[in-house]
Amino acid sequence: MEQSRMLSVGIDIGTSTTSVIFSHLFVENTAGYFSVPAVRIIDKKVFYRSPVYTTPLLDASLIDGKALAKIIESEYAGAGVAFSEVQTGAVIITGESARKENARMILEEMSGFAGDFVVSTAGPDLESVIAGQGSGAQRYSEENSAVVANLDIGGGTTNIVIFDSGEIVAKGCLDIGGRQVTLSDDGQVTYVSPSAEKIAAFFHIPIEVGAYASEEALDRLCDAMSAILEEIIGIGDRSALADAVRTKGSTDLALPAGRPVRHIFFSGGVAKCIYSPEHDRHAYGDIGVILAEAIRRSRFFTTYHVVQAEETIRATVIGAGTYTTSVSGSTITYREGLFPMKNVPVLALTEREESALWNGDAAFLEEKVRWFLKQNDSTQMVLAIKGRSDPDYTDLKRLAYDLATAMDRVLDPSVPLIVIVREDIAKALGQILRQILGGRRAVIAVDEIRVEQNNFVDFGNPIMNGLVIPVVVKTLIFG
Amino acid sequence: MLSSEEIARIADEITSLFEMRKTAPSNEPAQAAYHAAGRENQPAAKSEGGSILQQKEEEKKQLEQVAGSIPEADTEPDRRQPLLTDPADPDALRRMMSKTTARIGVSHAGPRLKTQTMLKLRMDHAAARDAVMMDVSEALIDRLGLLFTKTRCEDKNTYLTRPDLGRDFDDETRKLISESCKHDVDVQLIVSDGLSSSAIEANAERILPVITEGLKERGISVGTPIFVKYGRVAAQDRISELLNATIVCSLIGERPGLATAESMSAYISYKATVGMPEARRTVVSNIHKDGVPAVEAGAYIVDLLALILEKKASGVELQK
Repeated sequence: MEQSRMLSVGIDIGTSTTSVIFSHLFVENTAGYFSVPAVRIIDKKVFYRSPVYTTPLLDASLIDGKALAKIIESEYAGAGVAFSEVQTGAVIITGESARKENARMILEEMSGFAGDFVVSTAGPDLESVIAGQGSGAQRYSEENSAVVANLDIGGGTTNIVIFDSGEIVAKGCLDIGGRQVTLSDDGQVTYVSPSAEKIAAFFHIPIEVGAYASEEALDRLCDAMSAILEEIIGIGDRSALADAVRTKGSTDLALPAGRPVRHIFFSGGVAKCIYSPEHDRHAYGDIGVILAEAIRRSRFFTTYHVVQAEETIRATVIGAGTYTTSVSGSTITYREGLFPMKNVPVLALTEREESALWNGDAAFLEEKVRWFLKQNDSTQMVLAIKGRSDPDYTDLKRLAYDLATAMDRVLDPSVPLIVIVREDIAKALGQILRQILGGRRAVIAVDEIRVEQNNFVDFGNPIMNGLVIPVVVKTLIFG
Repeated sequence: MLSSEEIARIADEITSLFEMRKTAPSNEPAQAAYHAAGRENQPAAKSEGGSILQQKEEEKKQLEQVAGSIPEADTEPDRRQPLLTDPADPDALRRMMSKTTARIGVSHAGPRLKTQTMLKLRMDHAAARDAVMMDVSEALIDRLGLLFTKTRCEDKNTYLTRPDLGRDFDDETRKLISESCKHDVDVQLIVSDGLSSSAIEANAERILPVITEGLKERGISVGTPIFVKYGRVAAQDRISELLNATIVCSLIGERPGLATAESMSAYISYKATVGMPEARRTVVSNIHKDGVPAVEAGAYIVDLLALILEKKASGVELQK
């Protein structure tokens, strides 16, 4: 059976730690000899894990880009991987680091020296999903048809995702983590985050920068943090505090109706201490160990089935390295020499717009595309439609004609017409589009990829003798 | 013959009898049913005979409706709806059912299948039989502009029992093909009923224009498309020889099963000759609405035909 593999890198730059992994994604044509090909990622193997580094900082708010570059460079060397070998992957700046003003600059530096591979950044929501994939929670949920929550508790944030039978049903992020309060060696409080301040004020817990915090006060703070996490997952009613500490830019996690969470995975740095208790309460100069203790005695362990995660502190980096890349459907249309393409914004048509389009009403499209390009300050875009599962040829042809006409009027002649369809009809649609445009504009039509409005898409170089294109869908680009 | 006055009189009598029955205290159940049907405020029946009969008919219908002997609507039962009552995990069951066309979650009545399952099974079986026994409609063959031909089989029965006759044509048909079709083309397209006429009815109209127009775009010449009735795959070998086509591509109905009766395949051969090994054919199977959509398969076949033309090989040879 035809098989090929992609070398993928994952780089996670978090509030407190940074790590790198390299993995192989094995891609195979799973269809039988007599069928239309169906290329899938069939296996993922992480073959190199870096140590977990402390993210180098120049001061409290500035990441040391040069030091960071040196770490990553040495990890490439350690793994024996040349920059040019890397075909896909993601650099992800997570937690509070992503907010720092230099995050964008650093991200650009990373992608520059890490070769030609696809670079991605995560918003808090996507980060939650990636951590849940890396920890093994999604697979557990799928294999057991179960509702599973993954809590990735890091230094700055707790990223939460809920899977039902492998499907993402809810996601969110809270400013709760091990480094929300930091302590000096002798127990003096050196930093209290705004969110920790809010929680302390609410419960009248005496914690102040410069003062010594009592063990009792630290326990109470961490119990309060744990209680907020419990509320979010569905133990007891949600208090106003849960909203107050929600991470900026993250979704308000809405619990799925009818199917309550049954199983819990913990990942992230704090999770390591949850699964295997650390005896030194002040081990990392912060409240990480104390928070882990609070969670161990919380209702998480009495109400739910807590599952041992496959990955804890490296869940996000493994998720970034192995789960962000997907492959397109195996019957697609494209013109060679256009890839890789990065950060193409997605305009997804609503159900109503799409049904109008199928009914031959495309009057709105030109205007909408014009508006979208202006909104995104972009010259290129992906038009995403759902498509039909077994369309009539004449309907498809009319749709293609309307699309080509509208887009042709708006797009610059040098820009390809890119369509992503959910149903398996991209090759047919692309072929018709190409016939209509007659070579004056390149056509890319890709299917079986799920994208939503305001996603951004990276396309890699075609693989498997050009059958499929590696695709990374992401939610946020700095700006 | 009764005069119109007589009819009117009889009609009046029936009406009055009916009115009596309607108000008679001894007829409570019927009355209750009548009321339940929401007709108690209906004005008294008119005196014309026709409307009386009509009303009686309506009356009967309403009573039947109340008694539940008329089905609500004559729709096909939803296959995805589990018949199993009280499953331990309904969502999991639904998900499992969405992943297979096998009849799972259907429960049972004692040791047997439930009536609904039984009926659906028989319905699918009937559809499969129909797919084999039916003919492709002439209207479709005309619409697609196909040259109508027939193999040496005289009827379905001969077709099913004599595969050898389904692979060849009589002299007259050979002459027709040779005289009516373009010779020496790159690709000769053939549509054939094979074992499922339903497959052709469902897919041919969607796939054929995609292939034809796709090949045209690539500058590959296409011959006069042919329809072969009672055709086996290897009938393409004879056509290939008659017309000296570089590639023959047959779209043919596959043996129907209980999951679908509409599955079609494309058999493609480079320089096919009568009696050549089957290994020289390239196959694209599973073309139907729940498999590979016809339009998408068509676009894929265009690429495949171009590749075969370039590599000058099909079947196992092409895979090397």
